[in-house]
This record gives sequence, C-alpha cells and structure tokens, in this order.
Amino acid sequence: MADNIATREAYGKALAEFGDKYEIVVLDADLSKSTKTDTFKKKFPERFLNAGIAESNMMSIAAGIASCGKVVFASTFAMFAAGRAFEQVRNSIGYPNLNVKIGATHAGITVGEDGATHQCLEDIGIMRTIPNMVVINPADAVEARAAVEAAIKHNGPVYLRFGRLGVPVIFDESQYNFELGRGVMLADGNDAAVIATGLMVHEALKAKEELKNEGIDLRVINIHTIKPIDKEIIIKAAKETGAIVTAEEHNILGGLGSAVAEVVAESYPVPVKRVGVEDKFGRSGKPAALLEMYGLTAKNIVEKVREAIKLKVK
Amino acid sequence: MEQGKIKDLLITATKIRKHSIEAVYSASSGHPGGSLSIADVLSVLYFDLMKVDANNPKWEDRDRLVLSKGHCSPALYGALAEKGFFSKDLIKTFRHIDSILQGHPDMKCVPGVDMSTGSLGQGISAACGMAVNAKIFDKNYRVYAIVGDGELEEGQVWEAAMFAAHYKLDNLTAFIDFNGLQIDGHVSEVMSPMPIDEKFAAFGWNVIKINGHDIEEIKNAAVKAAQVKGKPTAIIATTIKGKGVSFMENQASWHGSAPNKEQYEQAIKELDAYLESLGVK
Ligand SMILES: Cc1ncc(C[n+]2csc(CCOP(=O)(O)OP(=O)(O)O)c2C)c(N)n1
Repeated sequence: MADNIATREAYGKALAEFGDKYEIVVLDADLSKSTKTDTFKKKFPERFLNAGIAESNMMSIAAGIASCGKVVFASTFAMFAAGRAFEQVRNSIGYPNLNVKIGATHAGITVGEDGATHQCLEDIGIMRTIPNMVVINPADAVEARAAVEAAIKHNGPVYLRFGRLGVPVIFDESQYNFELGRGVMLADGNDAAVIATGLMVHEALKAKEELKNEGIDLRVINIHTIKPIDKEIIIKAAKETGAIVTAEEHNILGGLGSAVAEVVAESYPVPVKRVGVEDKFGRSGKPAALLEMYGLTAKNIVEKVREAIKLKVK
Repeated sequence: MEQGKIKDLLITATKIRKHSIEAVYSASSGHPGGSLSIADVLSVLYFDLMKVDANNPKWEDRDRLVLSKGHCSPALYGALAEKGFFSKDLIKTFRHIDSILQGHPDMKCVPGVDMSTGSLGQGISAACGMAVNAKIFDKNYRVYAIVGDGELEEGQVWEAAMFAAHYKLDNLTAFIDFNGLQIDGHVSEVMSPMPIDEKFAAFGWNVIKINGHDIEEIKNAAVKAAQVKGKPTAIIATTIKGKGVSFMENQASWHGSAPNKEQYEQAIKELDAYLESLGVK
C-alpha cells in the first residue's frame, strides 16, 4: 500500500514544517534518525539539541528550556520517555505545568522485532495519571501532523504517541480539522459503537464492513486525545447504541479502554468490551504477525462487538 | 571586597538561617541542616551577584537559581523573603496546607522560584536547560544551581554534567554544597561520590574549591566562574551542615528534623547573638 505512512514520519515532517512558523526547540536522545527529529535537525540545527543517551536528563533539560518561555519537543522511544523518564516527566514537567511536548515514537507492539523491552504498552496509562498532561495518540499521518500543531498551540505538557510502522492514511488533509480533546465520529451506526485509537482506528473501520454482512450497524469513533477524553461523544454512543467496544494498541489495563469504561460506568452504564494486549509482554516478530498474535485485528473487534451486543440490557 | 559589604552579607545569611529555623519550627517538619549550610552562598548570590527583580519575578532576562537540593527550601524562602519577593510573614506558614510555601519549592506559586524541585538530580538538568536556552536565543543571563554532595550520587547529575560541558555552558555555575552528610550518615560512607573535584574536571568543568562560609571566597569564585569561557564551573563549597546552630552542626540527625520549643529558642538565641556581634541589635 503506497499510502502507508508511519505517524513518526509525519511527526518529523511536522516539526520541520512548523519550525518555520513557531520558535520551537527540539531535543532527542540519540535516536533522531528513528524518531525522525533529524528532519528538524537538518533544517534548524541551532534549535536542535542532542541530549545523548540520557532520557531522564533530557526531560529535565526540556523543562529548563520551557521555563524560559519556549515550546520544547523532547523525543525518544515511548518506552524510555514514559518508562525510564517517568519521574522526571512527572516532577520536572507535569507538576510545574511546563510547555514540554513529549514526542514518543515506537509506541505499542508494532515496534516489532526489537521485542518486549522496546514495545511500550503502558505509556497511555502512565501518562494519563499525571495531572496537567494531555495525551494524544494519532491514528494516521494526517492526524499526527495536526496533533503536533495542536500541541504547540496548547499551553502545557503534551504526550504525543507515535508508531514506527507505516499505517494507512484515513483522513483527507485538506478537510481534516483537529480539535484537541474532541473525538471524531467516522461512521454512524446504532447497534454498537467501537471506540478506537491509533492504528486500531483503521481496524475498526474494517470491522464495520465485516459486521455489515451480519446486519450489525456499527458506529466507529476515533479518539485521538485520550486525555482530556471526549466524554460527550462516549456518553452519546452509550445512550444511542447501548454497547461499546474499545480498541487500542496498548495493555487493556490503564489505556483507552479503561478511560472509556470510567466514563461509561460513571455516566451511562452499558456493556464495555476491550480489545488490546491482554496484560502480557510482547515478543519479537513482524508487526503484522504480532498484531494477529496479540489479538489486535478487525476480527478481534468483530468478536468483541458480538459479545457486547449479547450483554446489552434489553 | 569591602568590609561593610561582607558584614551586610553575613547579616543577611544569618537572617536566612533564622528564617530557616523559624520555618521548620512552625511546620514541625522540614530540613534545617542543609538549609543552614547554604545560607552564605544564597546571601552572596541574591544580595550581591544575581540580576533579579522582586517586583518582576518572571523578568525574562533575570539570572536564575535552581535549588537542585530542593529540600532546603527554607533557606531559599528565607532569601527570597529578605529580597522582597514575598512577605516575611509567610515564613511561618511553611508547609501549611493553605500556604504557597510548599515543603519543596513550587515555581507555579512562589514568586522568585525559578524551578520546582525536590526530586534530587533533576534541578541541575533544568539549570542546564535554562543555560542552553540563553545560548540558543542569545541571552546573557547566568544560571546558578545548588547541588547537594549526597545528590551527586544520582546518575542524572552526571548526565547533566556531560551535557553542560558538551554544550559549553559557561553561563552555568553549580555550587556543590559539600557538607559531607546526607540522611543516612557521611556521604563518603553511604555512597561516595569522591573525588568530587576530579570528577567534575574529568567531565570537562572548570572547578574551584572554596570555604562555603567565607563570603569573600564565595563571591570571588562566582566572579571567576563568570569569566571562564567555554566551560561550566563547579564551585565546591566546603560547608558545615547545621552551620550557626551549635547543636545542629555536623549532625546528620538534623538533616530533616524540626527543633522542639527549647531547641528552637536556643537556636534563635545563638543566631541573635551572632547578629549582635555584627552590630545588629
Ligand atoms: C530522587 C530523590 N531521592 C531521595 C530523596 C530523599 N532525600 C531528600 S534529602 C536527601 C539527602 C540529600 O543529601 P545532600 O544532597 O547531601 O543534601 P544536604 O546534606 O545538603 O541537605 C535524600 C536522600 C529525594 N528528595 N529525591
């Protein structure tokens, strides 16, 4: 598929593009070729800093720069940004509410062959428990680009989650309007709703097509901002469809599924089924094979939709 | 340095010590030991060297100070209150639920606090960020970091040290409060970061060793640091933890405990006696 673009590619391109418009500073920790911040580095070497293999230090340095009034992007793999540097992100960035944007690439299981130590399936859960932190997980390259600009304009810390794997482009750039904190209804339907994020959005759209044959009319919602989450769109879906399935490339604990279940349980209880990695570590493998093995496909969504519909209170 | 000026700075340092004791006593908790050890450095920085404006705490071109050993907030609050960033009356609200003076410095609510700190090792990195910001955007403020000797055990400090040398942050001065004690005892016994001077030198820093209670030495070292080109400077300031209160001096047990009423009165009495010897009634 010629259309497949990794969100990290879009991230790098967006930094280079917006570097003209905004006086951003970009930091990386010796991964600029992988995180794609090298595109910014080439264009704006004076505003690019390599912190070396020192992720915790990089986060606190970013905080120092942001404290002087600049918007800073600090980039590394999600595992190291959310994992190794968690405490620095919490204390040096979240607590003082500084304008640091964490560009976390290689999130999820689709890092692939590097295996469990490099596959970050916990970051959404970790990041959304930090007060002030906005958490964004774009579904495609168009959304990723828009998310970068929205992050620049937002005053405060933002965690941006990007993938390594090329994923289909869903949105039309000329028409796409990204609103931070706003879910996007991609397809209407009233029998059940699938609320998906990241590369699972594409799978959700596939699931809709498959379920059509069974006469099930599935609503598909894309949640790019996991925090603050769009409660309105979730509650509306609960009311109008009566059954919800979430889908994410993350541990089923703590991520989108948990966030949606919290909203539903508190405001309009209906059955919620979650598609995600079932509280397991990943392993090395080709991304597509891993998605299959860990249950992150349209087929898994279809199954969960059937289960959720069965649980509906008639 | 002029004798009168030295005396003034000693007086201010002693007032900072009094505020520190007052704060910790009022809260019945806090960190007196390391606060007393850095009072002289803070006095020289805030009252002789740093470009800051108490009426405009967020002034973009101000010099910045990051108290990397954030638990010593009582001394920082004392210095900021003396400097007029906020009312001295607030000192006795230290650590109270409705006070801006949190246990550890919070840049969001305390005027004059340049970075929220408390988690050791992070402040010096943030100071590097401020210093590199000045390099990128051509500003000529200076950045000071105050780092504990125990804090040097945090690996992040050395990541920051590497960064500062690599980016030639000659606008950064780190004061290492070399009081030899941390919570569990002697720094050299708990987990020795020695030799501190050789380590910083090996990391590419200019190193100056001083007596951290000698006003003139503090000032001269800081002035020299500002003249060095292409390198950050580490000023290793030998100090006495608990300095100025006889029963607190060199006692690890006074790292993080509050005096009772009797001890409080005794401490204030000793500090007042010293002020009197400097001609303050
Ligand atoms: C990351 C981190 N670990 C542990 C602590 C708890 N702690 C507070 S003060 C301290 C000892 C600090 O010793 P030193 O840096 O020598 O400070 P000083 O003696 O000047 O007070 C420790 C371990 C902390 N605040 N941050």
